[in-house]
Amino acid sequence: MEDDNAEDMEVEVLSSMWPEDIDAAGKKFNLEKPGADQDLLEDVTFIEEPTIVDFQRLLELTNYSEKGSSQLSYLVKNWEWKQENAVRLLREELENLSKQQHEVELKKLEILEEHRFEDDSYGGDKRPISILDEVYEIIPDVPKRRNDVIYQDQRLEIDGEDDTDTVKYWKQRALNLEKLLELSVNREQILLEKLEESIEKLEKQSSPVEELSQILKRADNFLHFVLQNAPVVIGHQDKDLRYRFIYNHFPSLGEEDIIGKTDVEIFKGGGVKESQDFKREVLEKGIPGKREITFETELFGAKTFLIYVEPVFSKEGETIGVNYMGMEITDQVRRREKMAKLREEIAVQKARETELNKTIHITEETMRAKQMLATMSHEIRSPLSGVVSMAEILSTTKLDKDQKQLLSVMLSSGDLVLQLINDILDLSKVESGVMKLEATKFRPREVIKHVLQTAAASLKKMLILEGNVADDVPIEVIGDVLRIRQILTNLISNAVKFTHEGKVKINLYIIPDPCSESQQKSEFDMEESESHERVVWIRCDVEDSGIGIPETALPSLFKKYMQAGADTARKYGGTGLGLAICKQLVELMGGSLTVSSKEHCGSTFTFVLPHKIPHACESSDETDDFKDMDDNTSTEDDENCGFFQFKPRTLGSLFSSNGSGRAHGLTGTELNFEKSNSENNYSTKYDSFDHDHPFHDPCIQKNRPLNPDAQRIHSNGNSGGISGNVHEKTKSLRPKILLVEDHVVNVMVAKRMMRQLNQDMDVVNNGVEAVRAFQRCDYGLILMDVCMPVMDGLQATRLIRSYEKTGNWDEARLAGVELSGDHIPKEQRRRIPIIAMTANAMSENAEECFANGMDSFITKPVTLQNLKQCLEQYLP
Amino acid sequence: MASVTQLQRQFIEYTTSLYNEGYLDDQFTQLQKLQDESNPDFVVEVVSLFFEDSEKLLNNLATALQQKTVDYKQVDSHVHQFKGSSSSIGAQRVTNMCVHFRNFCEEKNLEGCLQQAKHEYILVRNKLEALFRLEQQILQAGGSIPMME
Repeated sequence: MEDDNAEDMEVEVLSSMWPEDIDAAGKKFNLEKPGADQDLLEDVTFIEEPTIVDFQRLLELTNYSEKGSSQLSYLVKNWEWKQENAVRLLREELENLSKQQHEVELKKLEILEEHRFEDDSYGGDKRPISILDEVYEIIPDVPKRRNDVIYQDQRLEIDGEDDTDTVKYWKQRALNLEKLLELSVNREQILLEKLEESIEKLEKQSSPVEELSQILKRADNFLHFVLQNAPVVIGHQDKDLRYRFIYNHFPSLGEEDIIGKTDVEIFKGGGVKESQDFKREVLEKGIPGKREITFETELFGAKTFLIYVEPVFSKEGETIGVNYMGMEITDQVRRREKMAKLREEIAVQKARETELNKTIHITEETMRAKQMLATMSHEIRSPLSGVVSMAEILSTTKLDKDQKQLLSVMLSSGDLVLQLINDILDLSKVESGVMKLEATKFRPREVIKHVLQTAAASLKKMLILEGNVADDVPIEVIGDVLRIRQILTNLISNAVKFTHEGKVKINLYIIPDPCSESQQKSEFDMEESESHERVVWIRCDVEDSGIGIPETALPSLFKKYMQAGADTARKYGGTGLGLAICKQLVELMGGSLTVSSKEHCGSTFTFVLPHKIPHACESSDETDDFKDMDDNTSTEDDENCGFFQFKPRTLGSLFSSNGSGRAHGLTGTELNFEKSNSENNYSTKYDSFDHDHPFHDPCIQKNRPLNPDAQRIHSNGNSGGISGNVHEKTKSLRPKILLVEDHVVNVMVAKRMMRQLNQDMDVVNNGVEAVRAFQRCDYGLILMDVCMPVMDGLQATRLIRSYEKTGNWDEARLAGVELSGDHIPKEQRRRIPIIAMTANAMSENAEECFANGMDSFITKPVTLQNLKQCLEQYLP
Repeated sequence: MASVTQLQRQFIEYTTSLYNEGYLDDQFTQLQKLQDESNPDFVVEVVSLFFEDSEKLLNNLATALQQKTVDYKQVDSHVHQFKGSSSSIGAQRVTNMCVHFRNFCEEKNLEGCLQQAKHEYILVRNKLEALFRLEQQILQAGGSIPMME
């Protein structure tokens, strides 16, 4: 069974080559016993020979190579030893026999001579013994017998002497002896024959060639059995690397294509050269080696072999060729590579995972840090504002010059810190997405004017502030005016800060849509998704003739806490947050902020924002925040006039720093604004802010709600009867505060605090009452508890905001709030600040508050400082 | 006079211990600061209001919890109020207890909480009443209430 396959496959190739070569092999095998071999070999038949063998080479190998010859000689020697042993035994026996024969003949001669000597004296009695002799078995033990014979002879002689010397006796005796001799000769003959026969048989039976052949055949069969399915190639190549022998389980080439050729000659492709070189290396070094080689040949495609090559040495120690064994390991290699790849991928995955974890960790840390920062800022702001406001009050008291100077430094430092904290809070609001944008109608020209006005009010340099609004800019647009104003104020104060002489200009004009309609979806686009509304893109350039920004500093300009140069902060002050906030705000509104600058010539900050245009019908009667305050007569002019200019009259007057001197610092039509301010009682606070610490850096004041204040004041004074009535009722011009709080203890505490702060306050107990109160009276600020029975603070805020937006109370009525009919129509569509009072500080609660339209929140329990700070920020 | 100084020292020690043991926090100091000549009994008034309110709330709570089906929303809002008022007068331990209470509200296991909250409340009530008595004594003895820093 074992060699069926092999036979089937290789029979044709091999049958032809065996016979002629066998002789040669036979010769080799029988080298030590010439003569016997030729005939014997003919009995042997070799049929199954699957390998392709160059027998000449094999012969040479066995002749010349140490290994081959020793293997053969071992077999031969073993056989020889056995044979020799048998031959020796036979020879010995033969020798014994011939010796015996010789002796017997000698004896015979002796006897014959004796007989001749003593012819007469025959007789004697030798017979019994000879007879006895005859009975003896000769073959088994030769030496023993010989002794016996000798002994017998002696006895015979002795007998002879003892007996009578008769002729008859001797004759008789001779006869007997002759008979004995004859028998002995016969025996010898038989022995010889037997010997001959046994030798012949021996040689015939254990012919070495046959035996060896059988051994070889068995070994061969086993080899075939073992190798029949193994993906193995075994070969031998001579020192020119020509194949002398190859065993290939799946031969694709005939023997004649391989034997006598080198690898390179047989097939071409990847790996062939490599394997050849490797074999040559082994050949040259004489050290066996293993290597993995991937072949890419036309013959058998892409396959990887693990190749073992060992050198073959001649008896003289020279390398005469290589043995080579290859095993196909394509699958293993593929698997291994796949594993390696997988392992690599896993490693990469893991690395990515760690990276991600790290990032997550960092992000979490950052978030926490931001939260911390926000919380801390919030916490710092309250005591700080206490310090600053106390200092402000202090500055109104009688002080000498030095004290005033010190106080002003103290105030400006305090203000700077406050500004920084406000900036940080703004930033974190934008970054955490809490910052909500308003969509209100406003007039760009008014905004520009007021921003410039404000800047001019605190101007201490000989600078000309100019505003230029192109004619095609609509009179009214929709956007978050507070934020836009914040951006403008920031940029202007920046420009003023870095400009020592010349102009600071704002240019406003319409540009074509920078991106397609579908792409630009800013936040307030979403809010009012009326598709038919027109959107205009307004570009605003803030241009100065200042020191400019070095090109290297431009990239980091909008980064947080960055200023153009290391010494900038020292020289010009500022928090380094202003531009970052501007950029974030602009981007939040769907626009972009860019800068271009030339050192020593000036910088231009440009922002582009999308604005919606309100419906024409509404714009007529709906007055917006910035409808001109007091000089109604100039309204028409203002609406169309797109050019404003402010310049300080003299430097000297600026530094006079008296409340009255202030108004003269401004020129143009806007003087009315300041004048009206001074007419108003309530403007004291406002005035004190700006007039009593004239050394303020202008940028500090950018976030101070100066204009809303002023505007409120004017509106009160201006709108005459209605709002005036409200104030008369409460016997105070102070804006009133509404506290919405259901809890008696809290109410009591808050009331007491308000008294301490010299503020009047109405108290209602739930949201519904709050809405009613808001409808009835004109409040300046609402403090709103969030958790309340009947209606919570969030809903109440929503309803109030809804009224502010729509001008009607439909939503409130829908919510089930019963409202009295005699509500006071509000002349001003002013947004009332609503401050939440929450028990959970800095939690998602805050976001909820903002989402429902609240402006800020105070955490409970309310402290005097918190309350005070809040009033300062939101109450004019 | 000697008794006044003694009382004053006692007052200070007692107040300090109230802060140290966490019965009161800064909010109470805030209240004290809000009190002035124009409003000499402010703290006592507020705290009395708190007592009144708290007792009402605790009663409400007890009733709510005795119902067959407890309205946890209502309980929660009571506790919220209790928390608000206690934090307003600076009764820190009561506030903390309320926070705890509200957490348990979600797990709907409240019996023990009510007892604890009640316990804390009574504790702080006794302490404050003792404090006020001490104040009264000082005032009656003709001394002034020492300012706490």
